[in-house]
Amino acid sequence: MQMPDPNAAILARRAAIVAGLRALLPADAVLDDPAETRAYECDALTAYRCLPLAVTLPRTTEEVAAILRFCHAQGVPVIPRGAGTSLAGGSLPTPDAVILGVARMTGVIETNYPDRYIHVQTGRTNLSVTGAVEAQGWFYAPDPSSQLACAIAGNIAMNSGGAHCLKYGVTTNNLLGVTLVQMDGTVVHLGGPFSESEGLDLLGVVCGSEGQLGVVTEAYLRILPKPEGARPVLMGFDSNEGAGACVADIIKAGVLPVAIEFMDRPCIVATEAFAQAGYPDCEALLIVEVEGSEAEIAEQLALIRAIAARHSPVEFRESRSAEETRRIWLGRKSAFGAMGQMGDYICLDGTIPVSELPFVLRRISELTEAAGLRVANVFHAGDGNMHPLIIFNANQPGDLEKAEALGADILRLCVQVGGCLTGEHGVGVEKRDLMGVQFSDQDMEAQLRVKDVFDPNWLLNPAKVFPLSVTASRRG
Amino acid sequence: MQPQSEEELAEMVRSADAPLALRGGATRHGPGAGLALETGGLSGISLYEPGALTLVVRAGTPLDQVEAALAAEHQQLAFEPPRLGPLLGRDGVSTIGGVAATNASGPRRVQAGACRDAMIGIRFVDGRGEVIRNGGRVMKNVTGYDLVKLLAGSRGRLGVITELAFKLAPRPERVVTLIVPGDPVAAMTKALGSPYDVTGAGYLPGIGAIVRVEGLSASVTYRAERLAALLPGAEIVEGGQDHWAALRDVLPFAGQVGDVWRVICRPSDATALIERAGAEAHLMDWGGGLIWFLTEPDHDLRTALGSFQGHAIRIRGAKDHLPLSPQVQALNQGLYHQFDPKGLFAQQGA
Repeated sequence: MQMPDPNAAILARRAAIVAGLRALLPADAVLDDPAETRAYECDALTAYRCLPLAVTLPRTTEEVAAILRFCHAQGVPVIPRGAGTSLAGGSLPTPDAVILGVARMTGVIETNYPDRYIHVQTGRTNLSVTGAVEAQGWFYAPDPSSQLACAIAGNIAMNSGGAHCLKYGVTTNNLLGVTLVQMDGTVVHLGGPFSESEGLDLLGVVCGSEGQLGVVTEAYLRILPKPEGARPVLMGFDSNEGAGACVADIIKAGVLPVAIEFMDRPCIVATEAFAQAGYPDCEALLIVEVEGSEAEIAEQLALIRAIAARHSPVEFRESRSAEETRRIWLGRKSAFGAMGQMGDYICLDGTIPVSELPFVLRRISELTEAAGLRVANVFHAGDGNMHPLIIFNANQPGDLEKAEALGADILRLCVQVGGCLTGEHGVGVEKRDLMGVQFSDQDMEAQLRVKDVFDPNWLLNPAKVFPLSVTASRRG
Repeated sequence: MQPQSEEELAEMVRSADAPLALRGGATRHGPGAGLALETGGLSGISLYEPGALTLVVRAGTPLDQVEAALAAEHQQLAFEPPRLGPLLGRDGVSTIGGVAATNASGPRRVQAGACRDAMIGIRFVDGRGEVIRNGGRVMKNVTGYDLVKLLAGSRGRLGVITELAFKLAPRPERVVTLIVPGDPVAAMTKALGSPYDVTGAGYLPGIGAIVRVEGLSASVTYRAERLAALLPGAEIVEGGQDHWAALRDVLPFAGQVGDVWRVICRPSDATALIERAGAEAHLMDWGGGLIWFLTEPDHDLRTALGSFQGHAIRIRGAKDHLPLSPQVQALNQGLYHQFDPKGLFAQQGA
């Protein structure tokens, strides 16, 4: 993975740039000692690291605007950062860039139940947004696996999803408004505590733009009343095809579960060894969760049971208690941890049409075998968002490259069957060079033109999302 | 002009040097200035996968045709697109492209999201005559910028939409409506703040607040009863679809003399706004987050309402423009210029 050569003129002005930032901000808001900036050299894509020129940790929108205005005037690239949990390298720095981290901006500005929104600073973590309203019986729906740690700023930048977005949608469907600071320091309010705005849907294009259009400092988020109850059911199948067909039939039948999660045999075996959740010994497993009152849950589960029966499940285990619910989710929630025990892994995020599930799983296992690696599959089946985990050994020279090459082949396969490179993690640097698989030059050019409007000098997170060759002339 | 293919359309745009007035069924937009460019030749369903809840359809396809195809599989567009022809006094045939270009969204928005939330993929011809594809046909997709959202509601200013992909929803087995007397905003707020998965909350003059629950039969019974216990005096009506169609299409104001305004606000501000408006009549949707006002011709509603979180725009009457903040205006203009440097689409009707 290649990053652009750092701008030597900026590196030469390092001391002056740091001094300039210090003049604008409180003393503890600027870090440039490598002992301190080390913590910002990578995000959750740890294979790639680089020390930034400096790190800034503002507390207000005004401070963010001051940092950006200064860097804009100095021609210094800025890398926005939430909590640093990106799996795609979305906040990977370059040596000539200043990190702008919003982690200290964690306040709740307003909670409004009659109008069903919460207004927060974006450094607040995803789970603590729900934490702020749950005592009143409300929640914030998008629930990425990293929700304990990840920040709303990063959720907005990547348009994060989660297990429950089958029913509730992803970040963009739950975001009402933002305060956005453009690279030149201009503060813009897009949307607000209401349903829609006049003019173009700028909020819609900002969400998921990976920190390339501006830094989002505050957000209005939709909150929802908590359902009365929820219950999962676990089903085992003797083939991936059986499980895949069952998913399609459930969806078609008009039941809308809040989550349909899929695990294949390698994943089941690994999580059993790790977490002992008591999963059945089978080829594929589905966890389906439904919500509502006791009677409503019973009605939905009866329908799901009847549908599943057509696909001869080898196991159908309905939770009857909080403890059983915990055990059903235990393996799924420990899946990534279990993979970590098996070795290093790359987590892919391609999405496919649900109908292509059996074919794609078969092809993945063929490709994996040919590459001499191991892959385990655990994913959100209801919306076709796959998470193949490629296991490799980082200490063995060449293994990472081999795993990355297999990952690229699997993502090409996702696009080829009508899907996409990334369903919820974002492109970052990780999938940047594969964008040409999914988009024509013209398709990409149209996206670059949007950045031209928001950030004409291409200083915000410039070496991400698009292949470097495509953005070279703009990055200067 | 009526191009018969996307390529023919792209060629027409490439060679155009004067404004083009885009037309689907002309039920939502008034006529723009310039040479009429109709999308009727780009019609038909390209792909429909009920098991994946996915539809790909060409932009000129009539909305009726789309909804009939989905109904045959017990599915629907969850956002319940309004048909505004009767309200606006236009008798054309609404197209799916027009729905997308105006982000036309009905009562179910409070639970299932707007048109833009159901749009998962798009093809369009920009003002340079280039065919651009964004999104796809899968439900979760964060690959690159979301131009699908940018084009939703863009009213033809960035390009001509040629094809759309939608996420669909199952049609509910059963629908029940509660009719609630008394303070409508209080009733809607209580309903939407409950865990009973309300799929519509509105107000019709002469009827009262209306609240909808949908889904599996026993579940609907349960939720309707719980809501009735929360909302004193509520009457439970089986179905009630006519009320929702009336609200969705603003039918009480169709054929009435006067201007029609659409006001987006916080539900908690709705009652005060209605008092200040000095309007002849009003309806509410989205729990009070959308108010439709019927006013005397040329009534200056915006001044009457004063400052509030949200906006008001006249959709029937003299052509109206909402003043955007200078920062937002600059971004809008910048995008118009990037996608349509020749200004071909700058003269669209309101």
